Amino acid sequence: MENLNLFIRSIFIDNMIFAYFLGMCSFLAVSKNVKTAFGLGIAVTFMLIVSLPVNYLLDTYVLQPGALAWLGEEYASVDLSFLALIMFIAVIASMTQLVEMVVEKFSPSLYASLGIFLPLIAVNCAILGCSLFMQQRDFGSAWTATVYGAGSGIGWLLAIVGIAAIREKLAYSNIPKPLRGIGIAFIITGLMGIAFMSFLGIKL
Amino acid sequence: MLSKKNKGILFNPLSKNNPVVVQVLGICSVLAVTAKLEPALVMGISVIAVLAFSNVIISLIRNTIPNNIRIIVQLVVVAALVIIVDQILKAYTYEVSKALSVFIGLIITNCILMGRLEAFALSNKPWPAFLDGVGNGLGYAIILVIVGFFRELLGSGSLMGCKVIPQSFYDMGYMDNGLMILPPMALITVACIIWVQRSRDKDLQEK
Repeated sequence: MENLNLFIRSIFIDNMIFAYFLGMCSFLAVSKNVKTAFGLGIAVTFMLIVSLPVNYLLDTYVLQPGALAWLGEEYASVDLSFLALIMFIAVIASMTQLVEMVVEKFSPSLYASLGIFLPLIAVNCAILGCSLFMQQRDFGSAWTATVYGAGSGIGWLLAIVGIAAIREKLAYSNIPKPLRGIGIAFIITGLMGIAFMSFLGIKL
Repeated sequence: MLSKKNKGILFNPLSKNNPVVVQVLGICSVLAVTAKLEPALVMGISVIAVLAFSNVIISLIRNTIPNNIRIIVQLVVVAALVIIVDQILKAYTYEVSKALSVFIGLIITNCILMGRLEAFALSNKPWPAFLDGVGNGLGYAIILVIVGFFRELLGSGSLMGCKVIPQSFYDMGYMDNGLMILPPMALITVACIIWVQRSRDKDLQEK
C-alpha cells in the first residue's frame, strides 16, 4: 500500500518536470512531435528503473557512513558519502551505454529517431536527480527505490508526451514573433505546471 | 592576453549567445534555485567556478583523451570539481547549501558544462577555454540573478533576505504574490526574459 502511494505521489505530486524541473533540456528540445517524445520518455523511464536500485544498493552497502560494516569491524567507521556524486554518475553513464546497445539491437527505428539524445540521457538531470532524492529520502528497500524510479519516469513520460501534443497543435496558431519556438514552450510548461499543482492537495 | 577574439569569447555569451535564453542549456537549475536571490547567486558563482576549471582541465588534456570515452572522462573531471564545490559550500555556507539541496550535485549534469566542453574545450587552448568558461558561466549567472531578483522581490517582498518593500505599502493593501515563489512562475519569468531579448534582437527570432 505504501509503495502504491509512493508511486502515485511520484507521478503526479512530485512530478520530475513540474515540481523539480529535472530533465528540462531534453524536455524542451525533443518535444516537437509525439512519437519521438514517447520514445525518449520510455528510454528515461527504463533508465530510472534500472539505475535506481543499483544506486540504492551502492548507497546502502558502500557509501553511507558505517555502510562498510559488513566487511569487518575496522571498516565500520568509514564514511564514503562524499563519493556519492561520482559513483552515481558512473553507474548512470555505464547503464546508458548498455541501454543504448539494447535499443540499437532490438529497435533500430527508435534508435535512429532518438539520435543524439540517447547518449545524452547520461547527463539528463532527471536521472541523477532521482538518485540524489532517493539518497535524501532514506527508502527502506531496493524495491521501494525501484517503485520511486518507475513513478518518476512515468511522470516524466506523461509530461513530455503532453507538451509534445500541445506543441504539434501550436504549429497552426499565431504567436507573437519573439515568443515563437522556445518562448511559448516555456509558458506552456508553466501553465501545465500550474495545472499539476492542483494535485498538491491530495493526501495519500 | 585579451585580444579582440578573446574578448568576443568572453562577452558574447552574456547576450547574443547566452547559454540559457539563446542556446537553451542548463534550464533545470535556473528554474529550481531562483525562488530567492541568495541561492541563485551562490549557484551562479559555483557554476562559473566549475565551468572555468573544467574547461581548462579538459583543454589541457584534450590531446590525450581517446575519442570513444571522452564523455566519461568529462563526467569524471566535472564530478570531481563539483564534489570540491559541494564540500566547500557545506563547510562555509551551510544554510545556503541546505537550500540548494540536490541542485549543487546536479551541476554535473548541467548541459552547459557538457555543451561547452564538447563544443569548445576539446578543440581550443587552455586560455581561450578559460575565458569561454568564465563567459558562459557569467551568462548563466546573469539570468539566474535576474530571475531570482524578480521572484524574490514580487514573491516575498525582500532581496537577499532583507525586506525592501516598506511596511506602509502593506498597510495600504499591497500583498506579496505567493504565486511567484511557486515553480511554474519561474518558467514564465524566463519566457518573459526571452520575449524581451528577442523583440530587441530580431536575428534571434524563430521562423
